[in-house]
Amino acid sequence: MQASALQMTDIVKAFDGRVALDNAVFAAEWGEVHGLLGENGAGKTSLMNVLCGLYRPDAGRMAIDGTEHRIEGPGHARALGIGMVHQHFKLVQPFTVAENVMLANPQASWRKGIAAVSDGIARLSQELGFEIDPAARIDRISVAEQQRVEIIKVLLGGARLLILDEPTSVLTDDEAERLLQTIRVLARRGTCVILITHKLREVLAHADRVTVMRGGRTVATVAAAGTSATDLARMMVGDAPVDDTEPGRGGPVRLEIAGLTARREDGASTVRDLTLAVRSGQIYGLAGVGGNGQTELAEVLMGVRAPDQGRIALDGTDIAALHPKQRRALGVRNVPADRTTYGLAQELSVGDNYAATRLGSGTFGSAAWVSRRAVGKRTAAALEAFDILGARVDTSVRLLSGGNAQKLVLARELDGRPVAIVAHSPTHGLDVRACAAVHDHLRAAREAGAAVLLISEDLDEILNLSDVVGVINRGAIVGELARPVSRQKVGELMLGHA
Amino acid sequence: MVDFIVNWIAFTPVFAVPLMLASIGLIINERAGVLNLGAEGIMLMGAFAGVVVYIESGGVLALGTLGAIAAGFAVSALFAFMVVTMRLNQVVAGIAIVFFASGLTGLIGNPWTERAVEGFTKVDMGPLSAVPVLGKILFSQDLMVYASVPLVYFVWRFLHRSIPGMKLRAVGENPQAADAAGVGIDLMRFGAVVVGGALVGLAGGYLALAASKIWVEDMTHGRGWIAVALVIFARWRPGRAVLGALLFGGIEALIPRIQAVGLPVPQYLLLMMPYLVTLAVLTYVGLVSRTGSGAPGALGLAYVREDRR
Repeated sequence: MQASALQMTDIVKAFDGRVALDNAVFAAEWGEVHGLLGENGAGKTSLMNVLCGLYRPDAGRMAIDGTEHRIEGPGHARALGIGMVHQHFKLVQPFTVAENVMLANPQASWRKGIAAVSDGIARLSQELGFEIDPAARIDRISVAEQQRVEIIKVLLGGARLLILDEPTSVLTDDEAERLLQTIRVLARRGTCVILITHKLREVLAHADRVTVMRGGRTVATVAAAGTSATDLARMMVGDAPVDDTEPGRGGPVRLEIAGLTARREDGASTVRDLTLAVRSGQIYGLAGVGGNGQTELAEVLMGVRAPDQGRIALDGTDIAALHPKQRRALGVRNVPADRTTYGLAQELSVGDNYAATRLGSGTFGSAAWVSRRAVGKRTAAALEAFDILGARVDTSVRLLSGGNAQKLVLARELDGRPVAIVAHSPTHGLDVRACAAVHDHLRAAREAGAAVLLISEDLDEILNLSDVVGVINRGAIVGELARPVSRQKVGELMLGHA
Repeated sequence: MVDFIVNWIAFTPVFAVPLMLASIGLIINERAGVLNLGAEGIMLMGAFAGVVVYIESGGVLALGTLGAIAAGFAVSALFAFMVVTMRLNQVVAGIAIVFFASGLTGLIGNPWTERAVEGFTKVDMGPLSAVPVLGKILFSQDLMVYASVPLVYFVWRFLHRSIPGMKLRAVGENPQAADAAGVGIDLMRFGAVVVGGALVGLAGGYLALAASKIWVEDMTHGRGWIAVALVIFARWRPGRAVLGALLFGGIEALIPRIQAVGLPVPQYLLLMMPYLVTLAVLTYVGLVSRTGSGAPGALGLAYVREDRR
């Protein structure tokens, strides 16, 4: 019997003590399309980065075509026939197609190299039905074409093990269909294609076998034929008990978003005609796979990104054009996803961070003369109330643990009767106790009558806290469910619509 | 009047070549993604080492020149260790190099200060040098002026028409991509810094041995900073750096000539000219380059492979 193309056993990888891969196992055969499925943060990409030499595993073994190897780096991986098309393309923008291909495939001389590589690009393009101009500059061609360049690049490098990381996420449906056809052709010629994705439909339609990962571990490997989308969804999100307490019915609508459209820096529209409403005394959980417009939505609500169109109303008044400071004055509060960048100033003290957003309010002296005593007193009270242990008013925020830092953000943002709270991944990277504390504070804010919009990729968190769950997919709400919410249903909505 | 202009043009290269060598060296650095603000200090060390070796060797020009190159190499190896190996902030490390070089040469430089040297002399090409006008401009320069022409071509060819050069540019544009393509980022950057730094050191040595023909404390007078600005003006292209260097060299050559003919222009205004022109040029570049500055994508950024931010 032919040896397996790839066998990865008990791979462990941690970043700064946080485990990304926990004894992950993966095996694939020659000539198959193997889907690698999982939520964001499940460890799919980390596992493949280990395979292609970008990450060095802390433990574990890898065998390529039956022979065990210690992969020393990207060059070594390529020599073993491993080629990866990363989600964020590894192309040098101001270089031409041929130069990029040559960069990854060493040639003896410049002129002969360009000629040889251009020939190779032409030949492969023909075989795979691409149209690529070797002399075109990368920053002048479309994203779909860039992806084809990446594929050609790794194939010309002699890759027999081709890894594609979320290849269809940047493509239109037609382009995606063409790509998946191409993958089939390659597999028929004996290549082992690993398709990293979170789209169930794609995996079921185009893969031979599927491996599902969750929380850095391998859940199972199954044949695509005979497996249903429901089974896969359950494997991906796990099955935890459903909370069936009565939902908070909520009062009047306080935060209303209608027809909101926003764009990323690169011009791609990521929030598309999004409409939702959050009532007073209600937590609205916005579930979705990362990268479906959550970040841009949060930034628009914070006031740091201008929307293209749409209405954001707070108690009926449109605040879409208001400055972040004016929004804050009206009672909009933010718990940003990246607390080290948007939430806190790392080098300032706990007291300064606590007081920073309200220095002009009069509580901390006047804008021209800040009263250190008032800052100290109020901050100390907040540290007590929010149970931020081990922190003093003059401690530098940089020294706080993730949990304490997040509690400090909450203490500041929840102070003084907020009207609407936008919390984006508020427990990301926190331990269990800190998570529980953050959740308690958000619930308390709800009881106090605030409208809470909880944006999170952590489905457990969403299901645990939310009165209403909305699912965002490709920038729009694709479904809204009231409590008790079926985990299954949310999972399918998150993943189903390709 | 004709004499004045011919004289002026003939003296421009001596002032232009140090700026050109330094900015070419910096282009090599920055194309690999390393912002070298230590240029002023590296030039100063080159100038100092050039003069010291020249005097101590009893006036052997080749040794003086090599000394300048070696000094540039050594100081930039220190800089490379800081920013490439240790991944320190490039701006801070660069400025530290400037103060380090200024302090060190001031401290130990006394025995060699204000001792005139012969240094580079004009190459005599016999009848060619005697041709009116052209002879003076084209055929009576020193060796380094002639050598710098193929040097610029070579650097351009290396960067834009060779595979190692392409790898170097890839490292400066997108180290993630270069790393995934199997290019050794640290090695490439270290190499680019020391080779470029050697050129900057040579620029300093030439300045002392050909233009001023003397060592004086802090004699580079901001030329390293002008070279940093020239790189921006040149949009990181060697050819345009030559144009910029000629422009600034021309201004520097003009100053003593205006003073010599006794035009009633305030001395300090004249001495200010290079810096004023620097400001003007940078403002101009900022205004016209709507399509981006042409700066390498990863300029000034340390690269850490497993950095997940």
